Order: sequence, then structure tokens, then C-alpha cells
Amino acid sequence: MIGGSQRFTPLQRLLHWLMAVCILAMLFIGVGMLSTVKPKYLTLVSIHKPLGIAILVLALVRLAVRLRYGAPPLPADLPEPMKLAAKLSHYAFYVLMIGMPLFGWGMLSAAAYPVVLFGGVHLPAILPHSDGLHTLLWNAHFYLAFVFFGLILLHVAAALFHALVRRDGVFEAMAPVSPHHEGAPAE
Amino acid sequence: MAQPSQSPARSVLGSLVLIAAVIGVGAAAFAYTAGWFSPQRLTPDKFVDALAPPTGVALGHRRNHAKGICFTGVFEANGAGSALSKAQVFTRGQYPVLGRFNLGTSDEKAPEATVRVRGIGLQISTPDGEVWRSAMIDPPFFPVSTPQAFYELLIASASKDPEAMKTFAGAHPEIAAFGAWAKSAPWTGSYAEDRFNSLNSFVFADNSGAEKTVRWSLVPAAQPVLVSPDDLAKRGPDFLEQEITERVRGAPQRWTLVVTVANPGDPIADPSKAWPEDRRTVDVGTLTVQHIQPERDGPCRDINFDPTVLPSGMRTSDDPFPAARSSVYAKSFDRRTAEAKDYPRTATDTKP
Repeated sequence: MIGGSQRFTPLQRLLHWLMAVCILAMLFIGVGMLSTVKPKYLTLVSIHKPLGIAILVLALVRLAVRLRYGAPPLPADLPEPMKLAAKLSHYAFYVLMIGMPLFGWGMLSAAAYPVVLFGGVHLPAILPHSDGLHTLLWNAHFYLAFVFFGLILLHVAAALFHALVRRDGVFEAMAPVSPHHEGAPAE
Repeated sequence: MAQPSQSPARSVLGSLVLIAAVIGVGAAAFAYTAGWFSPQRLTPDKFVDALAPPTGVALGHRRNHAKGICFTGVFEANGAGSALSKAQVFTRGQYPVLGRFNLGTSDEKAPEATVRVRGIGLQISTPDGEVWRSAMIDPPFFPVSTPQAFYELLIASASKDPEAMKTFAGAHPEIAAFGAWAKSAPWTGSYAEDRFNSLNSFVFADNSGAEKTVRWSLVPAAQPVLVSPDDLAKRGPDFLEQEITERVRGAPQRWTLVVTVANPGDPIADPSKAWPEDRRTVDVGTLTVQHIQPERDGPCRDINFDPTVLPSGMRTSDDPFPAARSSVYAKSFDRRTAEAKDYPRTATDTKP
């Protein structure tokens, strides 16, 4: 790890914001497609699958980048429970970003559905045909989606809390562009 | 930590209100998308619930076409279909088939003579890794024009209000043609003598990318022998399953797969309207059913015959039914696979 920097690297910030858009779209598409029988159901499903695989690939890249470059240190005056929450939420995000696409892929495999991406590209089944596995993974994929969305809401609340209330530079560490008042994260 | 010109407490309060608003709007948008504010929205869950028979859901079974029997066989393409679709399934050759004969009822114990609609689920796999699934039934057209109307039909037919069906028929006059078919269409004593129709339209694309809207049918090779409903009622409750099992044990049974091409202006989005008889048809190959297996341990049991599982060279059309069927079949599949213990396989069945 390379310490010292107060901000995530540009590649990490790019991955963060790109994936933020993808994952939010994915969660809305997911709950939306389960709520309709209209033709848009098929459109949403046909986006959900390749977007999920894209998120899986991006998450693996991001994990490698994180292991290589690390993260900027949290402010020294941040209370220990908040430090712990920040750390645990990062673990949870990586587990969900990598786990959710795999659960979805595995769920389709266990149901013997073909896994078709854009352009008719097929992915192989990663699990045998099994109603038990399908049910297990379906439940995991479904309920963890709500956990994921709840975690994102907490994450956004925490980021805004850092940006607006604590003004401690934590938000700026992942902000897409450099803040205007670089020297004034804390007074 | 706040700006010197502002009251710190006020600034913090304002920020917290802003944060709460952002989170609240985010959560509300998610809930809206999920349909939680829209009780009128027709969801796959509501559709599957509406399919439940008055006798109660057949746990572990398909929520509709609950009674059925598996088969395996082969589809032999004659090559003629390649003029319509580039899908490998139409290239001359033999491709493995997995399927299911079934009855249009949500009661898995229904006496077979009482069920008017018979169906077939079909999966053809090709060496390029593509899969074509289809679920077809024997009426020549569907009872109603839209998935919403089909849902209302389920609600009306389950209603205790004696006027419910009359009211429904008033709003959806297309049901009359189906009613007439159900009353007058002849019955056979065998799945092998029935013709099965896709009813829904799909779009085929050939190698040049040219598209045609089509429907398809399986036309039996066996000569239909018509049997009166009264005579069928005297047969056992499972006479169709017993008959097809014995018949296929004696000799493979065949159907010709016939693709019908729409003319411009034909009702491609409305499966309750048959296309005129003179439309171009192409015989694309022969389905041969070689083996029958009981569903409980059979290969079709955990297959969802989702009609939108299509190979490259086929896609859905403006017909709204395949999308609705896909969403509802998936929900039925999710529920029944979670209930496997209520429909145990023989291998794990401890009952005497």
C-alpha cells in the first residue's frame, strides 16, 4: 500500500462513480422488473444480466486496485465507532459487489436458464441444475438487494455528513473533481 | 467547524435536514419503482396468485398447466426454415428435444377428461449453445387480447358473483369466439393426435437481417380419432398420460413443425385473432417424441418453458403476451422450486 495521500487515486475515483451509477441503475432495474408483466419486463431483464456481469468485472478490477493503492487514512479525530462502521461498510460493499452478480449468475444456472448477454453471447452455467440451489440463491439475491440499497443510503448519508457537517475531507477523498478550497477540509 | 458568519447549530440542523431529504427521496424512488405505492399495478405475484384454484395451490407444481408428463426426443430440421431465420435449429440436422405434455389447469389432480385446453412445452437445443423454448396449446386462438384481460378473466371466473363472467364478456367480446371453440371443438383421446399452436407471434430474422413475423404450430402425424367428451369421462382420470406412455413405448410419435408467416396488416399483437387460412406456411421439420417420463423425477420437471428463451435469429414481436408469460412463469418457477419438499422426488420419497 502507498500511504500519505489524502485522496483516492483518479482510477479509484473513476471506478467508484462509474460503479455507483451502474449499481444504482441495477437495483432500480431489479425491483422494477419484478413489479411488472409489461413488455418492458423483457427489456429490463435484458439489461440486468449484462450490467450485472459488467459490475462483477469492474468490482474485481476495483478490488485489485484497492489492494494495490489502499485508501487514504480516516481523520484522526473520527470517533472509533464511525471508523469501524466505515471499515465494515467497505467490506460489505465488496462482498455485495462481487457476490450479487455471482448469486444472480448462479441462480440462473441452477434454474437451467441460458445466461445471455448483449449480442447473443452466452455464459456457461456455474452451478448444476438444482431447485434447492436455485431457491437458496434466489433468496440471497433478492433480500441482499434490499440490504445493498439500504447500505448505499447509509453510505450516502455518511458521505454527506462528512461533506456538510464534519467537513473533514473524507468526502473530498472520493469526490469526482478536486474541491475548490483544497486547504480547508477542517478548520 | 462551521463558517464564522453562520450560527453553527443552525448550519448543522440545515445539513441534517438536507441529508434526511436526500435519503428519503432515494428510498421513496426505490419503493415507487418496486410498485409499493401502486397497488393497482399488475405484478407477476398478483398474476400467479390469481391462477390459484379454489381447491388451493398445488404446492411444488406449476401454477398453471399444473398436470403434465415429460418426454424426450429429437427435432429433425429439413433446412426450409433457414429461409426465415438464421437460428441453427432450422439448419438441416437433428437436435435434442426435452418437453412436457400438459393440461391447462391449475389443479394437478384434475380428471383429464374435464380439461378443455391441452398443451406442450418444448425445448430444442443446438450445438452452438442456443436454446429455443416454446409453450403451445391446442386452441386455434387465445381467449383474450391482452395479459391484463387474461388477469381479469381469472378474477371473473373465480368470482362468486354470478354476473362476473357476463360483465367480463361485455368488456372483452373476443372471449365469445373462444367460448364457441370450447363448446364445439372436437376432442381426441391422445396428446399424439392434437395440434398445438404458439398463438403468440414472434419475429424471425434470416442471414441478411430481413425480418418476418410468424406463428408456429405442431401438426400431428397421427390421424385424430374424435371421441365424445362423455366417452372420455368414462376413462380413468389419467387416461392421457397412460395412453401417451403406452403409445410412445410402442412407436415414436411425430408432429410437423409448421411456421406461418404474417402478411402486412395481420393482427400480430393479438393472439385472440387467428390469421387468415391462406397465409404462407413453411414446414421446417419434424418433432419425434421417443421417450415418456413421469414428471416427478422427469427431466422437464425443473424446466421453465419460458417462451422468450429464443435463439439468435428469433425475437419477441409486438405481441404483449410473451413478456407477461415470461414474468409470470418465472414467478411460478421461483415459488414451486422453493416448495420441492411438497412434491418430493421418488428417490427421497419416504411414503410407503
